[in-house]
Amino acid sequence: MFLESDIWVMLAGALCAMSCACVGCFLVLRKMSMMGDAISHSVLPGLAIAFLMTGDRSGPSMLLGAVVVGVLTAVLTQYIHKQGQVEESAAMGVVFTTLFALGLMIIVYFLDHSDIDASCVLYGSLEAAATWEFEWNGYIFKTKIIQLAIILALNVLVIFALFKELKISSFDPALATTLGVHAGKLHYVLIILVAITTVTAFDVVGSILVIAMLIIPAATAYLLTQRLGLMIIISMLLGALGSVLGQLSIIYLLPAWGLPDTFSSGMMTVMVTVFLILAILFSPKSGILFKLIRHLQLGKEIFMNRVLGALYRTEEEQPNFHHLEQIQKTYPVRFKWAIWLLKRNAMVVADGKQWRLTENGEVYARKLVRSHRLWENYIFTNMNVPVDHLHYQAASLEHVTDESLLEQLAETTSLEHDPHGREIPQKKSKD
Amino acid sequence: MNWLAVLLGSVSHANWPDEETVIRLFTLQDYNTRVVLLGVTALGLASGIIGSFMILRKRALLSDSIAHATLPGICITFLILSAMDINSKNFFFLLFGAGLSGIISILCVQFLRAYTKLKEDAVLGIILSSFFGFGVVLMGFVQQHPKGNAAGIDGYIFGKTASIQAHDAQMLMINAILICIMSLLLFKEFRLICFDSCFAATQGWPVLKLDILLMGLVVIVTVIGLQAVGIVLVISLLIIPPAAARFWTDRLFYQVLIAGVLGAASGFFGAAITALFERLPAGATIVLVSATCFFVSMVLGSKRGMLMKFLKKRELDHQVLEQNLLRAFYELHEDDEGNLIPNKGARLNDLLIMRSWLENEVQAGIRILTRKGLVTKDANHNFVLTELGGIHATRIVRNHRLWEIYLITHADVATGRVDRVTDKIEHILGDKLVARLEHIVAEDYPHLHVPASPHPISGGKI
Amino acid sequence: MKNNTIIPLAIRDLTVAYHRKPVLWDIDFEAPAGSLVGIIGPNGAGKSTLIKAILELIPRASGEVLMFGKNYSLVRQRVGYVPQRESVDWDFPVSALDVVAMGCYGQIGWFRRVTSKWRKVAREALERVGMLDYADRQISQLSGGQQQRVFLARALVQDADLYFMDEPFAGVDAATEKAIITILQELKKAGKTVFVVHHDLQTVTEYFDYLLMLNMRVVAEGPTKEVFREENLVKTYGGRLTLLDEALEAMRKRGTMG
Repeated sequence: MFLESDIWVMLAGALCAMSCACVGCFLVLRKMSMMGDAISHSVLPGLAIAFLMTGDRSGPSMLLGAVVVGVLTAVLTQYIHKQGQVEESAAMGVVFTTLFALGLMIIVYFLDHSDIDASCVLYGSLEAAATWEFEWNGYIFKTKIIQLAIILALNVLVIFALFKELKISSFDPALATTLGVHAGKLHYVLIILVAITTVTAFDVVGSILVIAMLIIPAATAYLLTQRLGLMIIISMLLGALGSVLGQLSIIYLLPAWGLPDTFSSGMMTVMVTVFLILAILFSPKSGILFKLIRHLQLGKEIFMNRVLGALYRTEEEQPNFHHLEQIQKTYPVRFKWAIWLLKRNAMVVADGKQWRLTENGEVYARKLVRSHRLWENYIFTNMNVPVDHLHYQAASLEHVTDESLLEQLAETTSLEHDPHGREIPQKKSKD
Repeated sequence: MNWLAVLLGSVSHANWPDEETVIRLFTLQDYNTRVVLLGVTALGLASGIIGSFMILRKRALLSDSIAHATLPGICITFLILSAMDINSKNFFFLLFGAGLSGIISILCVQFLRAYTKLKEDAVLGIILSSFFGFGVVLMGFVQQHPKGNAAGIDGYIFGKTASIQAHDAQMLMINAILICIMSLLLFKEFRLICFDSCFAATQGWPVLKLDILLMGLVVIVTVIGLQAVGIVLVISLLIIPPAAARFWTDRLFYQVLIAGVLGAASGFFGAAITALFERLPAGATIVLVSATCFFVSMVLGSKRGMLMKFLKKRELDHQVLEQNLLRAFYELHEDDEGNLIPNKGARLNDLLIMRSWLENEVQAGIRILTRKGLVTKDANHNFVLTELGGIHATRIVRNHRLWEIYLITHADVATGRVDRVTDKIEHILGDKLVARLEHIVAEDYPHLHVPASPHPISGGKI
Repeated sequence: MKNNTIIPLAIRDLTVAYHRKPVLWDIDFEAPAGSLVGIIGPNGAGKSTLIKAILELIPRASGEVLMFGKNYSLVRQRVGYVPQRESVDWDFPVSALDVVAMGCYGQIGWFRRVTSKWRKVAREALERVGMLDYADRQISQLSGGQQQRVFLARALVQDADLYFMDEPFAGVDAATEKAIITILQELKKAGKTVFVVHHDLQTVTEYFDYLLMLNMRVVAEGPTKEVFREENLVKTYGGRLTLLDEALEAMRKRGTMG
């Protein structure tokens, strides 16, 4: 059943995911993802102490506590790494587990369970977050939603203002420093943003799922695009979409499968993970499936080129070389398929039991053979490659040679015959 | 100051244990306490040992990911078991499920590393949070299950140290023994892949299989430790004691041994403190004890501790100061042939202008030299070199000048800069090097003769 | 049985690609037995890559490598390797002796401890490189040259017949350079074949009697006296073949390689 509160849950989740995603992009790019993990664990004592001192569950004191402990995590990690010669990731592990334990200790020992529930630290409570309200001038406001919106605005503002500095220092810290951009200071700006975001998101999605929101949408966007601005936008959209779909699947999908209700935060994480898996498989640039298809397509193209080349050479009356029948015998199925494709493209026509190049096909095949023999020449004259190796090397290059490269090749090798003594087909004059 | 009252109140209201309780505890007289203490100590030992190899393989945070990734396995096993109407608390099945999902997470890490352009840190973060997120969804199902709370599944996240039973403790001890045996058997192999995996591969060692075995052992320790200290805190036992041990030794065997001992001690004392004071969470206490070990080691460690490094540096600083001061004495009263004119006194101001140094620095140096019997005060309250001091000073000046000559003739250092360059290196020369130096440049200068300075001596003489 | 008449290393059609871009392209090479072979070429020419591909540390796109006429996996014990010094963490808690003893692990076998017998072997190797006095030092306390000599000693304990050394002379002191070259000469006298990735062109004629000049492909190979000539140097160091580069980049984009 879709309730009004679900809208608020979705909105809270989406706001939270978006503010996490935009800072998360820089964590992923700067190879600091685990710093997100560390901070989201270590803000716990900051929260606990702030609560102990003020008794306020969600005020500026909590933010302050989180920022202090967040920065402390980064500083202590660096200190142990430098002074103690402990490897950086190990130093981080020492710091964040210790701080987490300290936080747990304070919560369990000094505070009543009703104040901050330890398991709330892990799961968060979107449902509860959506219910906190306050009244002002007769209007009712959702406290948590407003907080999350402010944090999102802050993150976006800081990243927008420091975009080019963050970009250059993420890409090349050394260069950034020579250009007067202080990479170290930006590092702490980022740490502070992560800490603030984490602590605000903490009672919504739980401390560990903050990591998911920080890293997974950003990593997904990283696979989908190579431009920073676009990456940030995509990651924010994915985070928001994941939150909405996560909640929707709890409302509609789980009952349909006969499963009970569960934590919204967990479902949202599962949703963004699904996006990541889809990106790994189907990303247009680096997706596994795409690579496979491209590989198959290229194989098809090269095979067709081989058949065309063989036809041209047969017509050139060089039957000993890469004979058509040889290809036909070795790959009977693929050969039939290639001929069928070539016929459909009007490159080849049947001539009794034989096949013949059409005019169109001949132009294309001539270009191929020309490219092949030019390459043989180039490799032979410029590199110490024995003549019997030439064909194999040229064959791997000829398929990727475009028009302009071909002309450059022709200029460097002005010979009319290839190293085997065969004639290089001339480019047809256009007039 | 409301919070201060809370704080003080908590501390003062804590029941301080009497002597008898403490004695009973440490002599392991209580059955329950005995079980808990032995179990947690065994866990500390095992995780310290195996964690050492993980840290040296530069995979400290991989254990973090693995530990978090066990959650879905635990929940799924619970759901399956209760659906099949088997005792859903069955410890072995739950551990098996946890281990299985830990191993799947390792495979996912390897897959992402190999087939995507994502970097190591992002891969770890993704696996950690996505597995845990999935686990949280399943946890939602478990909690609504009629038997959910009875299973105490929550305990796997924060740990339920106090509820460790005899068979749990047995399990923890068997695990510790297994880890000890495996580490002893494969000590050499683990050392090789941790130090230089490429070389190991060329020698025909199956690096990948050894890696997986190592990570598999980590999964076992993690999974068995889960219910003792919980998911987050079992990581700390895998990281903190090994990192602490590194401050005490330069040998792998002792590193592993010390890490094991520190881990065991943290477990023991952590659990003991929890047993003495009410309301303390055991897991957190154990971690804080081990963190204390870490910071103490970082300061006091005999090999890499900060105090040790500080003392070494101070010793060198003193040595440098001493030598510079002796040289200043010598050069202040040096005749034209380069010989020391004996028994001539120097005032503080005479020494001060020989180099750019501070007054209290010179005074401190003179105190050290006086203590060593190299400098005394004469009747006029001037400082003067003793006989021994004269010999030392002669040797130091000779070394200094030999270096200068060597640098000028062999290393093309400009005469004007040679003093400064020599200053930087002369204090750290070993005896062997000086002997070789003598061999190279001292042919023209008979033994114990001090060659004249190749450059005008700054300050005093002009 | 050690049979030096068999060619110690034969490479045929070896191609290696990083991220689909060829780094080594169609390498063909045969090494004469009992020689010191220098591998020279500009930065990024694929010198280290060649060694790593031969030792199967990185995957080959195509090609075949035979050592003593057999596959590498069958003759591992006859092949020694000295990696680049930067490839390991020198803060690792082991002593110089421990590192050298690692060369014996293959002979010691699974599960067995490093006994005093093996430590003696390691000490002898350390003595050969003039490092016996430093046997018990933790490795971070050694100078760069001393670390390099420890690595060399680790390869020596193996008593292999074919050695690959990746830039052993990089950043070492004069004493180490001399120690290494003395060892190389000894190995050669004992009929072993040594491949050395080398940077310093001034010492090439002095150190090596056979050269492999590499720039993504084999530019020249042969006895140093014959091939160490200006025209070959210009070909090796004088930049890449631009057209070939363009074509290979196109191949990478289309995904033909690997």
